Amino acid sequence: MIAEIGHFALVLAFALACFQAAVPLLGAQRADPVLMQTAVPAAQAQFIFVLVSFLALMAAYVTSDFSVQNVWQNSHTLKPLIYKISGVWGNHEGSMVLWILILTFFGACVATFGSGLPNGLRARVLSVQAMIGVAFLLFIILTSNPFIRLDPAPFEGRGLNPVLQDPALAIHPPLLYIGYVGFSMAFSFAIAALIEGKVDPAWARWVRPWTLAAWMFLTVGIAMGSWWAYYELGWGGWWFWDPVENSSLMPWIIGTALLHSAIVVEKRDALKTWTILLAILAFSLSLIGTFLVRSGVLTSVHAFAVDPKRGVFILGILCIFIGGALALYAWRAPKLKGGGLFAPISREGGLVLNNLFLTTACATVFVGTLYPLVLEGITGAKISVGAPFFNATFVPLFIVLLLLVPLGPFLPWKRADIFAACQRLMFAAVCALIAMAATYAWTKGGPVLAIFSIGLGFWLIVGALSELAFRIKMFKEPWGAVWRRACHLPRSAYGMTLAHAGVGVMVLGIVAVSAWRIEKVELMKPSDRLEIAGMQIEFIGVKPRQGPNYRDDVGIFKAWNGKQLISTMEAAKRTFTANRQQTTEAAIHTFWTGDLYVVLGDKQKDTSYAVRIYYNPLAPFIWFGALIMFIGGLVSLSDRRYRVGAPRKAKAKIGKAAKA
Amino acid sequence: MKILRVICAVLLLASSFVPALAYEPDEVLKDVKLEARARDLSTVLRCLVCQNQSIDDSDAPLARDLRLIIRERLTKGDTNPQVLDFVVARYGEFVLLKPRFAPHTWALWLTAPILLLIGAIGLFMRQRKQAHATPPPPLTKAEKTKLKKLLD
Repeated sequence: MIAEIGHFALVLAFALACFQAAVPLLGAQRADPVLMQTAVPAAQAQFIFVLVSFLALMAAYVTSDFSVQNVWQNSHTLKPLIYKISGVWGNHEGSMVLWILILTFFGACVATFGSGLPNGLRARVLSVQAMIGVAFLLFIILTSNPFIRLDPAPFEGRGLNPVLQDPALAIHPPLLYIGYVGFSMAFSFAIAALIEGKVDPAWARWVRPWTLAAWMFLTVGIAMGSWWAYYELGWGGWWFWDPVENSSLMPWIIGTALLHSAIVVEKRDALKTWTILLAILAFSLSLIGTFLVRSGVLTSVHAFAVDPKRGVFILGILCIFIGGALALYAWRAPKLKGGGLFAPISREGGLVLNNLFLTTACATVFVGTLYPLVLEGITGAKISVGAPFFNATFVPLFIVLLLLVPLGPFLPWKRADIFAACQRLMFAAVCALIAMAATYAWTKGGPVLAIFSIGLGFWLIVGALSELAFRIKMFKEPWGAVWRRACHLPRSAYGMTLAHAGVGVMVLGIVAVSAWRIEKVELMKPSDRLEIAGMQIEFIGVKPRQGPNYRDDVGIFKAWNGKQLISTMEAAKRTFTANRQQTTEAAIHTFWTGDLYVVLGDKQKDTSYAVRIYYNPLAPFIWFGALIMFIGGLVSLSDRRYRVGAPRKAKAKIGKAAKA
Repeated sequence: MKILRVICAVLLLASSFVPALAYEPDEVLKDVKLEARARDLSTVLRCLVCQNQSIDDSDAPLARDLRLIIRERLTKGDTNPQVLDFVVARYGEFVLLKPRFAPHTWALWLTAPILLLIGAIGLFMRQRKQAHATPPPPLTKAEKTKLKKLLD
């Protein structure tokens, strides 16, 4: 019964979405306030129906209702509760319901909190948002219905893919989807602006918080995925330039560009058509990402193997939305009036350069991901494009971009003096040089690029902090005045500093792991010792252990520093009872300076085991940097100027005071 | 043909779920320099039965074979390009994770530089257009008095 309710709610949501896609738009074209106003309850009700459907599916999972085919395929009674819940989106159908839930949630947010928006704009935005909803609801109902029943119901489910039974992977998809779908908001605003033929700073102010929120969640979502790959796949890698990783990276890069160019629209009323294009591209790439993962055209660990019918359906959606949006753009964008002029060397100029590099980097990833597919389709030749290609093309672009990052915030709007900006970055440059010299001495040489990149990391971190110090006039005025300035600085300024410094921290981690990772692969017998990074690793032995729905062979290791025990580590090979699949559970001990990473391999003919031990210097910095970027976004989002409806509330208060 | 496909599928499955252990201790060459070269080479070669993994990362039997072949060629005195040529001749260009620069990959390699160039030229043109744009005509006398009135 519950499953049927869920199914029914989904169909109702579809009907509402159809209504919402047409009527408010018609109202906006005719300037009819009644028709426009219908968008609000429609968006709210649509969200509630999808929520009901989502909860129905979750209920089926929690109660292990195997009469629902989707639950039977992806769940198991022995699974811990949290993985029963995360199992809802651990498969194609359920993840689509989650996707649409987030989409309608954003729509409902605009409907509920968007009373400060002009009526016409809100109606159009919600209509566009509903059009996306129509397409994907139809997709779910026709090709990926999660509520199909089985008769007779099996007694036991087939279990979740064991790789997915993991805390990071349980929350990775929702975070990623909030990011992907968050860009739908920027998209809807862009399309609405094109229909209206008007883009102004107010529009940018509305789009920015949505973009920022989407970007933040995409950042942690991607970081979470890479962290998972790091500790779960068992060879210490954290990014593989896998097609699916790439398809989440592309919207992130364009989203970053959009975030920066929207600032120019807001502050200077320039770069309007470009910003609109980026908004369209960011969501288009999110859609392409969805397509790549689900169609099965690219093989990847993450891909849900699905039948091609779904792929064709999503391809259709893709063509309609991307093609339609770009056609509308080609038709309407030339009519948008460009705004403020600026000299090439200026804040605007810096942001344009940022956009140029980011879009080129994104194009590199795009071409690298799809080229083998297209080439095979056209000529039949099979080639591979992997990490070495991206290292040779993407990385240089990003290095140049990152070199320029600290400079940007020092450039004033309209016209800037590059020498003055460089002078203010003197301290950061000196720090970077010292760091490079120290690294050179410490590692006794080493790859030139790696030493340079360590300098780059420091350049980014100190450069970001220098800008903050400059703005609050640190060391130039008495401390009291500095403190006052610091308090009055808008939160978005702190957000930017944090985000840029976070990139620097991440660079340090990436470089150190790539260049100075230590690796030992050896056969070890119990009580054997091995020396790595100044520590002695002792292999104690292997013992079995029973988990709720798996069995572990736990290898026990002791890490010693001379006679002092640092840590006892347990690296396991896990076998799942339901389907006999195996995963590795690496043992990781994190120091401030890096990760000690131990993996238990196969048992040899005698009592020895193959053991791989890594020391990954500064590895945690990679995810720590991403976290700092996220926090930067959060701080920026809490800035009063972005808070939805803030000016209106202030007015209401004055009104109340006047009445009293 | 069908059997081959089944075998491939089985290998694919096996390779994705068996704990990844990549190269085994017994493969390592005694000569440190040669071993380092072997490792470098194995990061740019693709494991043919896996999903986008280099043979350095993969534990599939085929990847192991390839690693052994590399080491064998290296000990016989091949240079790195010679080893790559040997592997490509046997398994096709598909094994290279970094495709060679050739007519069929021109578009792959040149997209980024060309885009960067187009972008730079576009910006340059825009700037020139802006610089040559005629400045708005100066205010007329009537406008000036109006402005003065407004400002005062």
